[in-house]
Amino acid sequence: MPVRFEVNAKKVEVEVEPRMTLADCLRHVLRLTGTHVGCEHGVCGACTIIVDGAAVRSCLMLAVQAEGSKVVTIEGLSHDHELTPLQKSFRKHHALQCGFCTPGMITTAHALLSEEPDCDAARVREVLSGNLCRCTGYISIIEAVLDARAAYKGSAGGVGAGSQP
Amino acid sequence: MKMPPFEYACPATLSEAVALLAGREDAKALAGGQSLVPMLAFRLAQPALLVDLRKIADLREIEISADSVRLGAMVRWRDILDDRRLATAHPLLQAAVAEVAHYQIRNRGTVGGSIAHADPAAEMPGIAVTCEAEINVRGRSGARVIKAADFFQGALTTALAADEIIVDVRLPPWPARRRWGFQEFARRRGDFALAAAAVFYDEDDSGKARNVHVGAIGVGDTPVRLHAVEAVLEGHSIDEDTIAKADAAAASAVHPHDDIHGSAAYRRALTGTMVERALRAARAS
Repeated sequence: MPVRFEVNAKKVEVEVEPRMTLADCLRHVLRLTGTHVGCEHGVCGACTIIVDGAAVRSCLMLAVQAEGSKVVTIEGLSHDHELTPLQKSFRKHHALQCGFCTPGMITTAHALLSEEPDCDAARVREVLSGNLCRCTGYISIIEAVLDARAAYKGSAGGVGAGSQP
Repeated sequence: MKMPPFEYACPATLSEAVALLAGREDAKALAGGQSLVPMLAFRLAQPALLVDLRKIADLREIEISADSVRLGAMVRWRDILDDRRLATAHPLLQAAVAEVAHYQIRNRGTVGGSIAHADPAAEMPGIAVTCEAEINVRGRSGARVIKAADFFQGALTTALAADEIIVDVRLPPWPARRRWGFQEFARRRGDFALAAAAVFYDEDDSGKARNVHVGAIGVGDTPVRLHAVEAVLEGHSIDEDTIAKADAAAASAVHPHDDIHGSAAYRRALTGTMVERALRAARAS
């Protein structure tokens, strides 16, 4: 069935089976392969995207449920030639190794910092508890997110239109 | 992990949704999808038709009145956490919902979805049973009210008929000075509770606990009221002595099974500890 929604500030219309997850729709139909699919049952957080301002798991959402919504993926949270403040912070703190979980970490952190730029370490830990990372041990990720808070105070985290909740 | 094929409908009204559910063998209502979609991914559920409730606007309200705290079935966990009125209108509910799964799940998971799914370790069914909530449902033959105590019949099994949709959950009103505590234990934050306890009571003029309610989740096929623990506490001051008695009473009031996550003996002891900690929190609340 046809589904219309916005992805990274661009209108899209796709034809999908009702059983297709939004994650698979993004990757296989729209070719936005930055969204990673790990467990496919809502445990690992790798496929986190932002739907109407809220971080959600795209493997736990049907593509047909996205009708009329505004979706932001990892592709919408980066520029072509320059790192965003959040990405810079991940680089500075060595907050990724294999990189598989990183899109989910960035989208989750972006949604959090956009809504709560003053969040403390306990809140960051609590929010990131829904994202599994098997390389870093998390400490560097938490430090990267805390360090990126300044970029979200009074501004949009240095990313373009369509990425804001 | 690909879902089985199904048809999909997204009606605009509750009566249309009921008609769709009633008109088809094996149709299922879809709320936030945070339990149903994993069930589909594992092919534990293979419905012929999913009826998405997301367009039915009247299911999204939180209404706080002198009679009740009414949670529409499509109210999300984050709506409960973001609603500042609930900090006084039902702090126990807010504390329990803060323990539901993870951030991303709380952005989509719903009150009605959790109640209908009836996971034995889920927080909302536990609060519904502990607080003696009423669950309003609508089906082909009209509306009916089901008491939470009668609603949960087993693991993932409820009194809801195939053509019925949960409309709202009504919790009795919450007096200003009520004391309460909610304590949950899981190996990793956000995982299913190995055990959790919810406690509330009112104090009379002499500081004795009255109207004591104690419930537990994760330690049986359904959420349970621990009447034996309530009897130990009712009419007494909540002090170290009564808390110790409540701990012991809770451990012997539940009958968990051994499973891969813990032995029955461990879960019994843990239930006692959760009740003990919830009572300490209540005393300090």
